[in-house]
Amino acid sequence: MVSTAETLARPKCGAFDLTDVSVAYGDEVALSGVDLRIEPASVTALIGPSGCGKSTLLRCLNRMNDELGNVTVSGKIQLDGDDIYARDVDPVELRMRVGQVFQKPNPFPMSIYDNVAYGPRTHGVPKSEMDLLVEDSLRRAALWDEVRGHLKKHAFELSGGQQQRLCIARALATRPEVMLMDEPASALDPISTQQIEDTIAELKSDVTIVIVTHNMQQAARISDRTAFMLRESMERPAFLVEVGDTRTIFTNPSDKRTEAYITGRFG
Amino acid sequence: MSESSEAKLDRSSRAATRRAAEAVVGRLISLSGWSAIAVLTAIAVFLASNAWKALSDPQVGLIRMLTGTSWYPTSTPPLYGFIQYIIASLRVTGVALAIAVPIGIAAAIYISEFAPARLKGIAKSVIEFMAAVPSVVYGLMGVYVLGPALKDLFGMQSALTALSAGVVLAFMALPTIISISEDAMHSVPSELRQGSLALGNTHWQTTRKVIVPAASSGIFASVMLGLGRAIGETMVVLMVAGNSMELTWSLTTSARPLTAVIAGEMGEVVQGGLHYSALFVVGLTLFVVTFLVNLAADLVLERQRARWRR
Amino acid sequence: MSVQRNRVRQARAVEAAMKLVTGACAAAVMLSAAGLLGYLLVRGLPAMSWSFLTGMPLKDPPGIWPAIVGTFWLTVGTAAFALPVGIAAGIYLSEYAKRGRLTRLIRLSIANMAGVPSIVYGLFGAALFVMLLRFGLSLLSGSLTLACLTLPVIITSTEEALRQVPQDLRQASLALGATRWRTISKVVLPAAAPGIVTGSILGLSRAAGETAPVMFTAVFFLTGLPKSPFDKVMALPYHIYIMATQPVRPQPLVVWGSALVLVAGVSIVNVAAAAWRSRARKKVRW
Ligand SMILES: Nc1ncnc2c1ncn2[C@@H]1O[C@H](COP(=O)(O)OP(=O)(O)OP(=O)(O)O)[C@@H](O)[C@H]1O
Ligand SMILES: [Mg+2]
Repeated sequence: MVSTAETLARPKCGAFDLTDVSVAYGDEVALSGVDLRIEPASVTALIGPSGCGKSTLLRCLNRMNDELGNVTVSGKIQLDGDDIYARDVDPVELRMRVGQVFQKPNPFPMSIYDNVAYGPRTHGVPKSEMDLLVEDSLRRAALWDEVRGHLKKHAFELSGGQQQRLCIARALATRPEVMLMDEPASALDPISTQQIEDTIAELKSDVTIVIVTHNMQQAARISDRTAFMLRESMERPAFLVEVGDTRTIFTNPSDKRTEAYITGRFG
Repeated sequence: MSESSEAKLDRSSRAATRRAAEAVVGRLISLSGWSAIAVLTAIAVFLASNAWKALSDPQVGLIRMLTGTSWYPTSTPPLYGFIQYIIASLRVTGVALAIAVPIGIAAAIYISEFAPARLKGIAKSVIEFMAAVPSVVYGLMGVYVLGPALKDLFGMQSALTALSAGVVLAFMALPTIISISEDAMHSVPSELRQGSLALGNTHWQTTRKVIVPAASSGIFASVMLGLGRAIGETMVVLMVAGNSMELTWSLTTSARPLTAVIAGEMGEVVQGGLHYSALFVVGLTLFVVTFLVNLAADLVLERQRARWRR
Repeated sequence: MSVQRNRVRQARAVEAAMKLVTGACAAAVMLSAAGLLGYLLVRGLPAMSWSFLTGMPLKDPPGIWPAIVGTFWLTVGTAAFALPVGIAAGIYLSEYAKRGRLTRLIRLSIANMAGVPSIVYGLFGAALFVMLLRFGLSLLSGSLTLACLTLPVIITSTEEALRQVPQDLRQASLALGATRWRTISKVVLPAAAPGIVTGSILGLSRAAGETAPVMFTAVFFLTGLPKSPFDKVMALPYHIYIMATQPVRPQPLVVWGSALVLVAGVSIVNVAAAAWRSRARKKVRW
């Protein structure tokens, strides 16, 4: 059986290598030719105008695209060197290693405790270690101080920001190597947004984070690396314009389209 | 602006007429809003008032009716005990639910969670078709097809038994159970589904641990409504259950459920007589039971609606 | 890792098994519906002929014309009573009623009306329309009884259709100075018409197939064509019931032929209504 030390041991942070990745919905290619390395133990921000395929690319990384039905992904995506689209990889197994937080907080209709324990229970973490794991996950999501002693409360009684941090804790409880976040703060007020950003900053030493955001300041504040994507017309698929150190991208981008987008945003 | 005073008068009087007309229409509409309450109350009042003669008769009365086991309207004194009919209703309904609940919920799970979109559309139309087939046609299938088949299968004395009627009723309860359960599962926000899948759960784990619990009140309501439909169904039991007055819990013998008693005897009684009134007591019993069952379903459904109306 | 992999394999195996089991249940239901339809066609089609549809029951070969006519008029009568009241009540719930106790009570009544057994409607109709109001065994009594039974379906589908009309549309009309009723009658109702019509047809077709409520209020086994609303009538469902259960002179061809006519009639009307609605919906997209 798994020991307590193992339960709470931080897994290594994952690194993604994408080579010539394209995605098509039916026969419409939405995204093509993406080459991208996502460094371990860092925050990578995906930015770009609406419809440029940020969510699409993110969903490739935990194969949530598979659930949409008519999506084909081509090219190569490796997680720590393993091809995640290889035939013997079960997406369910992959998703234990790559967690996701969604745009709208989506706690399950059950208690706070059961929400956090939901993933580990599936993965066979013994009952005796669950309390510890739940506490640890809630601490890492910076929610522990607000909910300790109320773990039996229904998750719907939390505020929107608390719910989102609960969802982060829920994803952390499965000990993922990578955490995907699709505009995790866009439905929240400024204070909750600040709390989420703080949480992300604390998390990144433990888990690789890929975050989609429309908020330039946010990307500049929290990310180490930034990738800028663009879809120039509906006829042509979206592509990755450039990727690099966040500071470089924001102060001295090599592509003028990046500059135009960023400066346009900054006003 | 040189509007003649006549035209002005004309216009203002037209406006007044329109206002008056609108007020009348508004009243009529509000009045119609009461129609459901009115009809439901009227049903209760008419059932009760017509049942009163039997209920207040010193030789009959509610207690004797609900405790007696023989129904002999022509004996002296007439006997109107109908426990055996209540039990018959339970036998038939029990069979129907034992079949329709597990199959219906399973089918709803498949249609909502597993079926490809195309199949989903087809399945829904088929279920609508099943719901639209008149009960007398189901009865016909029971008499000519299912009954004889079950008779051979279980070596029953007769093709017309509680079991046969129950099986046919199961087919009639299935569309109700499937469509309402499916609806409840479908209306669980898809973000929850996504959330569970993203945590490394299979579709089945997601269904079992998130979707079904979240939809549980809708599923419960579907079972209650299916139950209501089975208890209240008349033509199928009249044609297929075999009309035996015997008090028994056996499934493979004939039965005479409450609805069949009314349908079978109402045509032959003297209107306004004691027997006629006794049939209204049976009807009142049915009304109360189905009312409670539906009330339970409705209260639970309302709770579910409130839950997702965030 | 391999412990984890085994766990996933196991979960996938359970998933596959459950998919199979639930799929089998769904398939069984679908197949029995197909079987029902197929059986009806096989047994009923041989009966189909002009003389069967338009002939009289006691002729040789026997026809079911009076039963068709009776069911038609019962349905028309039901529509005449149920549609105005039902649609008005739907409008009331969607457009006039405020959230509150009364509205809740009305909704509860509607839900419960829908669950009252059809035979109880029959008793009610016999007591009120046949006896108290002295309409006797007649088209009128039967239509009124069926109208009560159909009311909840019509109210619910009207309300639902009205609720799907976007709020902006109402506000746009009100902002132009139109009164509430004008807004409803000129803007909201036309937009909701497809839903209302389809729902009503669904309810009416169910009424057309009912036997128990008309048994003691309107129908008679053998009678001529109705000349006034106070005449008793024949009806298809009742005809099927009697023909199927009478021990003497069984006529399976008449029974199955009538059943096919009834099911086909109900289905065709429903399919046509649904098709019309989806066409109308395509034209107006919110
Ligand atoms: N399920 C889907 N089926 C078909 N096409 C889709 C689907 N999801 C996304 N697309 C298409 O793929 C393209 C990229 O969409 P995506 O949602 O990835 O963009 P995004 O960058 O996340 O936009 P936003 O910032 O608005 O969230 C769009 O053109 C969209 O129309
Ligand atoms: Mg997106």
